[in-house]
Amino acid sequence: MSAALPLVTYTPLAGALLLGSLRRDRLAGWLNVALGAVSFGASVVLAWEVARSGVVTGFGLRVDDFSVFLVVLTAFVGLTTSIFSRPYMQHVLHTRLTGPYGLRLYHAMYQSFLFTMLLALTTNNLGVLWVAVEGATLSTVMLVSLYRTPEAVEAAWKYFILCGVGIALALFGTVLVYFAAQHVLPDPAQGLNWSVLNAHRAQLQPAVMSIAFVFLLIGYGTKVGLVPMHQWLPDAHSEGPTPISAILSGLLLNVALYAVVRFKMLVDGSLAHTSHPYLAGQLMMGFGLVSFLVAGLFLHRQRDVKRLFSYSSIEHMGLMTFGFGLGGPLATFAALLHMLVHSLTKSAIFVTVGHATHLAGTQSIEHIRGLLRAQPGIGWPFLLGVAAIAGFPPFGIFTSEFLLLSATMHAEPALTILLLLGLVIAFAGLFRHLQPMVYGAAPEGLEPVKVNMLPVVLHLVLVLWLGLAIPAVLVAWLNHATVLIAGAPVL
Amino acid sequence: MALFASFAVLGQARLLSAIHAFAWQGALVAAVTLTVAVAESAPELYFSAVLTFSLKALLIPWMLHRLVRRLGLSRHLDRPRHPMLATVLAVGMVMFAYWLVLPLVQSSLAFTRNIVAISLAVVLIGLLTLVVRRQAVAQVLGFMAMENGLFLAAVSATHGMPLVVELGVAFDVLVAAVLFGVFFFQLRESIDSLDVDRLDRLNEAREDQP
Repeated sequence: MSAALPLVTYTPLAGALLLGSLRRDRLAGWLNVALGAVSFGASVVLAWEVARSGVVTGFGLRVDDFSVFLVVLTAFVGLTTSIFSRPYMQHVLHTRLTGPYGLRLYHAMYQSFLFTMLLALTTNNLGVLWVAVEGATLSTVMLVSLYRTPEAVEAAWKYFILCGVGIALALFGTVLVYFAAQHVLPDPAQGLNWSVLNAHRAQLQPAVMSIAFVFLLIGYGTKVGLVPMHQWLPDAHSEGPTPISAILSGLLLNVALYAVVRFKMLVDGSLAHTSHPYLAGQLMMGFGLVSFLVAGLFLHRQRDVKRLFSYSSIEHMGLMTFGFGLGGPLATFAALLHMLVHSLTKSAIFVTVGHATHLAGTQSIEHIRGLLRAQPGIGWPFLLGVAAIAGFPPFGIFTSEFLLLSATMHAEPALTILLLLGLVIAFAGLFRHLQPMVYGAAPEGLEPVKVNMLPVVLHLVLVLWLGLAIPAVLVAWLNHATVLIAGAPVL
Repeated sequence: MALFASFAVLGQARLLSAIHAFAWQGALVAAVTLTVAVAESAPELYFSAVLTFSLKALLIPWMLHRLVRRLGLSRHLDRPRHPMLATVLAVGMVMFAYWLVLPLVQSSLAFTRNIVAISLAVVLIGLLTLVVRRQAVAQVLGFMAMENGLFLAAVSATHGMPLVVELGVAFDVLVAAVLFGVFFFQLRESIDSLDVDRLDRLNEAREDQP
């Protein structure tokens, strides 16, 4: 029995209740950071326990090599974003975009969002997984509309309806999986426990499982932001408070993809001896590739800096979906690594963008100019972050994209051309907007703003480190996760 | 019958009537749950029948009813766009649902097979309601009708999900309903109406934005 496991998951729940009832907004910001730190500390201990014993269970929760890596990532980004959000929300309070009540709501919902994400990752029950992902939607909806502008309310409404509908389809898929399990499991009441299902996956009825997977992919795919169900994502990211954009992009999309991959493992097992064993993977490759290419093209026509980077998130999620769909040890390893580096880089970029929009007083790309001159402390991290996300060599994203390309070259050579084309399109799209934003003369009369670059520097250094030399511990760890998902080690 | 109620939610011009149709649908789902509970002698289903009835047939319709009155929409008409087309599409969806569950035929009893198809049809018609309705309230009804369909599927195909999941789902639905209520006020404050057709500020080609 481990104490770290419940501590990771339930600290944010307690935090949500506590912060919801706390009326002192300055203290709340600090408390938010402290709770994040407790959760992150516990997640590191949990990771160590998993490394030692393989699977840790208890309190209805279960963590294995695949989920623990996302648990640590989620707790880490949750902590660093809360460090950024404390001064940021004080600033928001000063500009009167929201009041003390809004701030209280913000902190409580921030913690409950972290709780639902961690619950989704640590639960063993596929039904609870669904409840947690739906709960994540509900807790962020109010945050997206926090500023109460017509645009924010519209974005939140779209987010609510689209994700609500999407996730309802995922529930139908889950019901079908449960239905399939009823006929083969010795104890039907266990039919939603992932570990039990996985042990019996070869006996699950293929026809039911393939129908279920279509619903699940559409359902959770809506949350991953796969084209054409991505419509909510740019709106929600651009209108909500910036720390929320950072955790939505960095964490929520990962967790939704995690759910898809879990179900893919079951469906693959069930379809292994039928006439179309790779159905799930092929569906994921198709959706992933389309998302990747379409989002790359949309990067070119953005006018709002936060929308720009939300399309970049769609693009990268498409790439990861493609990687998991392709399957095989190398592609799976690459997709896992990509999940890690994308989360770190994207949340760093959103934090920087938050400072940049604060400095320029607008989110419009046209009006953000000459960041390097105006305030190098924002300009340089911004430049480096975008270089990292575009896949420049020394950074970790280059490594994972390179591995993914090698895997594709090996398995489906024809698709490599499409991938390369997409990477070039996205690269061009990012840089044509980046160029004027960081170089050139700054507009007159900009007051330098107080920045808190600790999270950004931390994230970017990590990404750089992962690009130069991945530590052996992490390689072994990702390797274990790969074995779990793809059935064979990459090394 | 539940299917018929979905058609009613889809077609009703007056909001209050649509809410009533939705309440009846909730009651019917609860009745089905009860029937399955008796037929299969599954005691935990009694609990979920009570839960469904109180939530879907009483509480949520009552909340919506009150909101509609407070927002002064009780006389409000909201005709779906292209009512004929919508009905034809809905019929098409019912057929599609039956076609989709054909592979399930071998593995289930005749009674449940039928009802899985119906519940899928209810889900799809809920989706259609979301698309053809302009009013935020009516969209919420479509959304909740989808949940009804899902619940029906869970009960009939698998004799109910484990209790913890069912409680979680019920909690989510309740929170969603409360959030919808908050949203009605936010929407009205920001666009002076609950007509979601006016939500058109966010799109890709925002030429006029600064």
